[in-house]
Amino acid sequence: MNLQSVPIEWYLSLSAVLFTIGVIGVVTRRNAIIIFMSIELMLNAVNLTFVSFAQFLGDSAGQMFVFFVMAVAAAEAAVGLAIVLALFRNKQTVYVDQVNVMKW
Amino acid sequence: MSLQVIMFMILGVGAIVTALGTITRRNPVASAMNLVAHFFMLSGLYLTLQAQFVAVVQVLVYAGAIMVLVVFVIMLLNVGKEEAHHESFTIRKVLGLVFAGAIVVQMLAIYLGSSPSAMSQLSSKSLTLGATESIGTVLFNQYLFPFEVISLLLLSALIGAVILAKRKVD
Repeated sequence: MNLQSVPIEWYLSLSAVLFTIGVIGVVTRRNAIIIFMSIELMLNAVNLTFVSFAQFLGDSAGQMFVFFVMAVAAAEAAVGLAIVLALFRNKQTVYVDQVNVMKW
Repeated sequence: MSLQVIMFMILGVGAIVTALGTITRRNPVASAMNLVAHFFMLSGLYLTLQAQFVAVVQVLVYAGAIMVLVVFVIMLLNVGKEEAHHESFTIRKVLGLVFAGAIVVQMLAIYLGSSPSAMSQLSSKSLTLGATESIGTVLFNQYLFPFEVISLLLLSALIGAVILAKRKVD
């Protein structure tokens, strides 16, 4: 059964656009939680590329990678949000431009 | 236009719009809700690729677990709307945006400008490959060691998160 008529280039282009939106979010936003969500956007854009190549080439390795990327993203979410909590406790802010103790 | 093309267009445009909503809303809760919608759109796109397992896991893990954590932290910290920034466009930001735009234009030119590739159809094995049975078989045979290692990573992330979020390290 083969119904597909959307070529892989469309999926790759969509993924590239979504990744760039994530990059712009990281570069332009100041709220640490929104920067964090932009990183999730980028991870998901890469996942879309992995799944489309896996399904177009007929190889299971791509979907395995997506599985592992999701596990790493879950770990990153836990640690990242704990860092935001610790930051808020010490500095009473979540805006990254107000945190400059490691900058000189 | 076939049904697949229409579905791809709806989900793709929806994914881009919700992604833009995520990075442009001033209120973090509105951002988070846009991101949840984005994850559902991506889940639909995985279904158009016949990857059912990934589509379900996307909703379960991202929309179900990670976003609950994010919304919970927003609620806990009680962060309001981001106030307008006095120097919102520095030269660094403008350069960053220009380079990001240049890279995406370059990638789109490569993907869409080339002659039609051989990969215009899903592989004939894609329906079985996307099912849970095939993923489980591969995961517990070929990828057993990475699977065990990822459980260690999750454990260490759990311990790290608890230590970081603890009020005081004794």
